[in-house]
Amino acid sequence: MIQKISRRKFLQSTGLASGTLMLGVQFSPLMAKTTTPNSFQPDVFVSMDETGQVTIISHRSEMGQGIRSTLPLLVADELEADWNRVTVKQALGDAKYGSQNTDGSRSVRKNYQKLKEAGAIMRTLLQQAAAKVWSVPVDQVRIENHQAIHQDQRLDFKELVKIASTLEVPARDALTLKTADQYRYVAQPNMANIDGHEIITGSAVYGYDVELDGMKYAVIARPPVVFGTVKSVDSTETMKVPGVIKVVQLPALTPPAMFKMLGGVAVIAENTWAAIQGRDKLKIEWDHGANASYSTQDHEAVFIKALEDPQEVVRSRGDMAQAQSAAAKTITADYHVAGLAHATMEPPAATARINGDRVEVWACTQTPQASQRNVMGTLQIPQENAANVEINVTLLGGGFGRKSKPDFVAEAAFLANETKLPVKVLWTREDEIKHGYYHSPSYQKLAATLDAKNRVTSWYHAMVNHPISATFDPSARTAGSTDLGQGDMMFEVPNIKIALGETDTFMRIGWVRSVTNINNVFAASSFVDELAHAAGQDPKDFLLQLIGSDRTEDFEADGFKYSNYGEPAAQYPAETSRLKHVIELAAAKAKWGQELPDGTGMGIAAWRSFLTYIAVVVKVSTQGNRVKLEDVHMAVDAGQILNPDRVISQMEGSLIFGASLAFYGEITAKNGVIEQGNFDDYQMSRINQIPDVHVHLVDSDAIPTGVGEPGLPPVAPAICNAIFAANGQRHRRLPMKDLQLV
Amino acid sequence: MIELKINGQLTKLDVSEDMPLLWALRDVAKLTGSKYGCGKGICGACTVHIDGQAMRSCITPMSYAQGKSITTIEGLAEQGDHPVQQAWQDLKVAQCGYCQTGQIMSAAALLANNPNPSDADINGAMAGNICRCGTYPRIRAAIKQAAKANKAGAQS
Repeated sequence: MIQKISRRKFLQSTGLASGTLMLGVQFSPLMAKTTTPNSFQPDVFVSMDETGQVTIISHRSEMGQGIRSTLPLLVADELEADWNRVTVKQALGDAKYGSQNTDGSRSVRKNYQKLKEAGAIMRTLLQQAAAKVWSVPVDQVRIENHQAIHQDQRLDFKELVKIASTLEVPARDALTLKTADQYRYVAQPNMANIDGHEIITGSAVYGYDVELDGMKYAVIARPPVVFGTVKSVDSTETMKVPGVIKVVQLPALTPPAMFKMLGGVAVIAENTWAAIQGRDKLKIEWDHGANASYSTQDHEAVFIKALEDPQEVVRSRGDMAQAQSAAAKTITADYHVAGLAHATMEPPAATARINGDRVEVWACTQTPQASQRNVMGTLQIPQENAANVEINVTLLGGGFGRKSKPDFVAEAAFLANETKLPVKVLWTREDEIKHGYYHSPSYQKLAATLDAKNRVTSWYHAMVNHPISATFDPSARTAGSTDLGQGDMMFEVPNIKIALGETDTFMRIGWVRSVTNINNVFAASSFVDELAHAAGQDPKDFLLQLIGSDRTEDFEADGFKYSNYGEPAAQYPAETSRLKHVIELAAAKAKWGQELPDGTGMGIAAWRSFLTYIAVVVKVSTQGNRVKLEDVHMAVDAGQILNPDRVISQMEGSLIFGASLAFYGEITAKNGVIEQGNFDDYQMSRINQIPDVHVHLVDSDAIPTGVGEPGLPPVAPAICNAIFAANGQRHRRLPMKDLQLV
Repeated sequence: MIELKINGQLTKLDVSEDMPLLWALRDVAKLTGSKYGCGKGICGACTVHIDGQAMRSCITPMSYAQGKSITTIEGLAEQGDHPVQQAWQDLKVAQCGYCQTGQIMSAAALLANNPNPSDADINGAMAGNICRCGTYPRIRAAIKQAAKANKAGAQS
């Protein structure tokens, strides 16, 4: 639905690019349907009309990572299109684009090749068309900046469209793709930002901002405990609120939770305020159900017991008992990380309209196809009518995994269908915090042995949390994600045991930016620092030695079924040399080892996650329980970098996201009810607490990988290791509630 | 009927006196540039100028806004080229962008009152605006750039 050309480009293409003139045109989110069909579309991602205007499809959701700019620029670059003659059109949810699920830090990784090919297919056809016009061999035609060139002859793309559209689409393996040194737009330091002007003028349309004719506003009183139900509802007072139109009860949620609606009672009104007031006046008697037995604090004892002798061993090397008996030193430590909510600045929101047998939806969703399936499931629409469910993707005011769970989209579709009115469902902040898909609280036990020379001879890491899989299969009792920050450790140790404890689950658990890497890498990277100090060695040198020789990790050899983020190990090997390189780079840039004043210290942590290698060095100063982040250096090896500025911004964001969870992030339940509700009791770091973040990109020709998540895992342990270096206090529990971030 | 000035236009809105200005702007006046983030005045996404002062529209009732002059992001600069907006563009401050209209309104009010803010001044004026994506370093840099641009503009 987001279809527009940037203001700058519009002005340039109309010859009005003075930089001072503002058009009074607002590009409405609803304009997409008025587009004239393009005549030439050799690939689903790219088409051209007879004026030579190119339309490039953005099939991934934009939530701050810049993907609506980066990928279309890549297509335009391969095509040799003039960016001023490119329109970016946001895709509807449609399987023809392949997966549109914008999570897992995979938009670039999964689409890089096929989008280069999309651009190259069109470029090749235009080249062939020009060769035909001039009756010259194809290889004598050059394509450059929207033109075909042969000697002193030039033809604009618009003059070639018709002929090109009659030619046979070339095979993908016959294409010549650009090499990195041939890019015109990609990998430049100051690449175009398609949504920049709309964002700063307030005209950008997020899920919260969708407006339809006759649209009503809905807020929902959801069961305070997951799987709770409505015993009775009295809406007398609600209906007296001016502007309230209707009260609608939603069907109760039954396990598994999946992406289904939570149930409860919706208040539909003429505006959001009336709906909120009406909701406040509902008198609902709830049956809280079985999950009311759950309290986070009490459950900690269950976690601890679960790790006394965890039975599920996922990675095993050598002989742990032998290492134990031969050890000069044994070191153990336990780590706790609290539950987390996504806290996207824009809470979930979706708008739906029933139009005959069609369902039209506008939503800030990371996953339009799953949204479509979810709407079909909710309204019992058969598969053969999938095309009747249209999912328009707005901009997302943050995602972090919350908006890849389209429960809120189902709510909008359900209410629109019940009322036959266009309905926008708005989650308030309290709704977002109290009814989320949480990052689970976790508990971890680490143990290691050192020999007489302070070499690590064994490594043990056990973890228990409420598994994400329980959201989809209530019988699941162990995390299916040892791949994320636990089993995938790259330390050269002769004896290894990685294990999982079991527990039941009482909330909806979901993935939050970098998933279990958050807690696993915190524990593992804190523990490495503890070992370094136990060995009396510099933590950076110790970390490098622990990673050891240059090699490609062979996880299979330890019986570990490592998913490698869904990619073949041969194509994306886990290389210790790359991990060591980012450590050395971050340390050098941070001037690691320099003399620091009393109360000041540096900490380091590094991990490969989402196939990207990242090291973080943090400098803190401490005074009593006050901690100040003084300086941060992050080194990133993400293979080829397509949009350097957006990679840097993702790292800046990761540092700040990490600081929030390290000092504040804690979701707890009491009697099944989430105790936090807004930014007063679920706090975020603020501008006065955040230093400049220095990001160092490794120049690499490796296949590009993602950057949305991997910056986060090493942040919290780097902070904690720095605090230890500063004042000797080891923090093994997040958030660090006894400290004050200043 | 409540009368107030929005972005220079005298406007009458048929809303209750207790409706927060934010919802009147968004749902009734259809100016959706001011964002909802918390509803309690603690995140700053809804920041507008009321008689020139940065205020949280989500906790400002219409009874207070009545008769006052409101500037929203849509009216900050007719052409969207306020020095703060320009600096935001130049430094590519925004990530998801959702909080940025509130950030810009807070920053613009800061510079209007204090053309040459120190780091401490910036922290003081901006600590009420949360950005979850983590754009704080660029916000700080952009405010300094806008301050410089203002100064250069005043001298020329």
